[in-house]
Amino acid sequence: MTRYLRPRDLDWTLLIISLIICGVGVLQIYSATRGTVWQDAWWKQIIYIAAGILLMWLTLAIDYHTLMNHVFPMYGLSVLALICVLFIGRQAYGGRRWIAVAGGFHFQVSEFVKLVIILLVARFLTELRTEDLEGRDMAKIAGLVAVPMVLVMKQPDLGTALTYLPALAAGMFLAGMRRRYLIAISVVVLLVLPVGLSVLKDYQKARLVSFLDPDRDPHGSGYQVIQSKIAVGAGGMWGKGLTKGSQTQLRFLPVPHTDFIFSAFAEEHGFVGVIVVLALYFILIMQIVQNAQTASDRAGMYICMGVASLLLFHVLVNVGMVVGRMPTTGIPLPLMSAGGSNVLSNFMMLGLVNNVRLRRFVN
Amino acid sequence: MPPPATGPELEHQATLPGKQARREDVKFAAGKIAVFQYACVIIFLFLITGFWALQIQNPQMYNEQAERNRIKSLPIPSPRGKILDRDGRVIVDNHSSYSLILTREILKTEHLRTIADGLNLDYDDLSARVRRYTSRPKYDPIVIKEELTPAELSFVESHRDFFPEMELIHAQRRLYPQNGFAAHVIGYTGEVSEQELDSPDFAKYSQGDVIGKFGIERQYNDTLMGVDGERQVVVDNRGKTREVLANKEAIPGKDLQLTLDLDLQAVAELAMEGKNGAVVAMDPRTGEVLAMVSRPTFDPNKFAVRIKSSDWREIADNPDHPLLNRAIQAQFAPGSTFKPIVAIAGLESGAIDDQYTVHCSGGASFYGHYHKCHIKTGHGAVSLHRGIVQSCDVYFYNVGDRTGIDKIAFYANQAGLGQKTGIDLPHEAEGVVPSSAWKIRNFREKWYAGETISVAIGQGAVTVTPVQLARAYSWLINGGLWHQPHLVKRGQVPEHSWPISADNVAKVIYGTYGVVNEGGTGVRAQLPGLNVCGKTGTAQLASDEFLKGKTGKEYKNNAWFVGFAPREAPEIVVVALFENGAEGPLAAPIARDVLKAYFDKKARLAAERVSSRPTGIGQLMRFGLPQPPAPPPAKPESPIVEAAYFSSAAER
Repeated sequence: MTRYLRPRDLDWTLLIISLIICGVGVLQIYSATRGTVWQDAWWKQIIYIAAGILLMWLTLAIDYHTLMNHVFPMYGLSVLALICVLFIGRQAYGGRRWIAVAGGFHFQVSEFVKLVIILLVARFLTELRTEDLEGRDMAKIAGLVAVPMVLVMKQPDLGTALTYLPALAAGMFLAGMRRRYLIAISVVVLLVLPVGLSVLKDYQKARLVSFLDPDRDPHGSGYQVIQSKIAVGAGGMWGKGLTKGSQTQLRFLPVPHTDFIFSAFAEEHGFVGVIVVLALYFILIMQIVQNAQTASDRAGMYICMGVASLLLFHVLVNVGMVVGRMPTTGIPLPLMSAGGSNVLSNFMMLGLVNNVRLRRFVN
Repeated sequence: MPPPATGPELEHQATLPGKQARREDVKFAAGKIAVFQYACVIIFLFLITGFWALQIQNPQMYNEQAERNRIKSLPIPSPRGKILDRDGRVIVDNHSSYSLILTREILKTEHLRTIADGLNLDYDDLSARVRRYTSRPKYDPIVIKEELTPAELSFVESHRDFFPEMELIHAQRRLYPQNGFAAHVIGYTGEVSEQELDSPDFAKYSQGDVIGKFGIERQYNDTLMGVDGERQVVVDNRGKTREVLANKEAIPGKDLQLTLDLDLQAVAELAMEGKNGAVVAMDPRTGEVLAMVSRPTFDPNKFAVRIKSSDWREIADNPDHPLLNRAIQAQFAPGSTFKPIVAIAGLESGAIDDQYTVHCSGGASFYGHYHKCHIKTGHGAVSLHRGIVQSCDVYFYNVGDRTGIDKIAFYANQAGLGQKTGIDLPHEAEGVVPSSAWKIRNFREKWYAGETISVAIGQGAVTVTPVQLARAYSWLINGGLWHQPHLVKRGQVPEHSWPISADNVAKVIYGTYGVVNEGGTGVRAQLPGLNVCGKTGTAQLASDEFLKGKTGKEYKNNAWFVGFAPREAPEIVVVALFENGAEGPLAAPIARDVLKAYFDKKARLAAERVSSRPTGIGQLMRFGLPQPPAPPPAKPESPIVEAAYFSSAAER
């Protein structure tokens, strides 16, 4: 099987684009954290990227069919880990998300659960024998995804919990959902929404309100959105130049190296820079979709589409938030935002895609 | 690398459709993947339009907002100019004052106790105050203490690093004399109000500016007020200064020298203590106001920036209206102080001469009405001199009747009555000099000759302000010339001249000399060694009985006294108004005190001069009292005025 792992067969377009995005990210992290307590975040990010590439290699080395065979134990472990996080997790930024590992590092379990969810959905849908998705099956898979989601929401981390949905939604859509189910789900969602709102935490509600009307409380939760829009707008066509954006450098922009990194980027590189990076993301996702199309089986297709939909969701919500078109949920921009767990899980997802690609001519 | 392990389930599935079939099997979703791709395109376009709207459509607006975030202008308040008296002594000064504010964006509630302890504030009060602010925007700071003491300042300085929410604001506060000394002249400052900002006069000010609101502070605000400086700095989100872009120093306001003499002012203030009314002392040769007092008074320090509402209510609700500057705003009937003007009108118009004599039997009938004299038994035969000295009403009824209202009004107008004096203070009142034209204009009625009778003794419709009276007497003294009363010397002083016969002036002044020195109504104004002239006045309030019935308060007559000295060449005119003072003679001592202070000071200064020039003593002594230090450059007096002096001296 060594031939599967010939570097030539890797999806180099995918990898190069990913690394360019990572490079842009590192530069922007450097610029946004100069002279602050996070000023060594940029070289840490480089280490994470290197580790990510290593993990990607490991992920693509094991045949995805093998991975799928072990998905239930992995799922069980994930749920267990998420429960642990709730009790022994490290508290930071108003949530319990991190679990300590050796060497003073912390990692965010919920980030890695994304991979398990993608594999789980792929395995579940592959095993279905019917042309269309039955209501019973839909309930089953939705229930399986719901358990870790609820646990993550408990942390509380609504943003990450929501990222479990796109893989599920894309999978169900591809597996063939009857129109009446589609309608039924829409109705249920509409009915559940008010109830859902009532169980939201206060700060989550405030974020939602501030998304709808950011000027209502300019120094409260609307502050981030307003400052982000100012930063983006001030960037103009060509941007202010690296390390020259006042919103970023004077820290009017909140967390300019993590959740709002694209806002900092837009301020310093302008509309032109934004178009270039968005184009890179678009090509990245299209490349993954292409891998889905050429996958040798349904399982591979589900995996690739799961990854593609998850990345698309991340880009949509994060970049949408930056320009005030999406609520502030606090999910990172894949490959750009500073943060170890996210970088690692992103590279592992790219590993999954390459895994599928390398095995497209199997048997 | 191990071969890819396939689970039993997958094995099963893989074997079912066969290799070829599995490749085809993927195609089942081709259409749906295409849908996903289109969705992808739409999502990216959606995001790009977001950036388009912000970065391409109005980058300018966001750029400005970013600049506003980044650049802060810190005002450097400029101190107002000092207000000095004529000798350069400070009347109004500034003092440095620090206020402490809390920046709520970084306020930690657990710090409040330490802050309260350090600043001698009550902790419960402070936390309640902070809590009250929670509904306000976060960037609104709370001013928690003003006028910090040095001990409190050092507490703030030593705790700044750990309590970054504390911020000091430095300001120059106005420091006014205590006890309302000269308060009506000086006035007060205050923050420019919303209504004022709407009016065009105040367009040059901006929110938060402290401007003059009353008195000299208002009149000469442009001189006294400096130009605030400004420091433009780049700040970060914590408000910490990162870089100074520009530094514009504050331009301090200019000092303002008044014509007021602190010594005289102090004496006048003291003389009015416990009374309501006003004093104006003026140099008739120049129009310089030497002292101006109005009682009751108020404490301008309470207004310095923002007056407390309780203090404001106390002042505004006071029935005696402490904010009224009676020296320029009180309009009362002049009473007998009007008589010299009537006499001049009579003499000048030829209606009477100094031989004209009237028999006073305690009253007389005119046009069917009986008018009493103030002495029931009557004065007997009265001519001009006795008429003024004894202030005989019957004599002046006759003079007025002969002269006629329009002649009286003409000379009164020449003396400046019935018109604002144009003194450099805001809100001056006009007074009234009735005439037949005035009556038609205001009442659309003909003047009845009977009305002239009461006007002739300064009653009826005629009203004056103290400063007007001072100007009218200067006119008389100067032989028909007055200078505009003023508190600040500024170039050419406007003047008005209607020459009157020096002979007539001398006769009237002789009469006023008699008032004080020949057992007239103003004997209380006598000063040994000085020829003081003067005229008392007792003015009935418009309708005593009516007011009494309405308010239940005893309304007495207003007492006036106008004095000037020396008779030969008057240097000072003093008008004293003693509200509810019962009768004119009671106002005389007030004027006397001021006159005495003026001449005592003059003598003292001369003595000092002599002692510093020992060689000159003998020579100076031979000529009597030495001349005062060169008086403020007076305008060259007209020949007529000089003639008036000579003739009055000759008569003596």
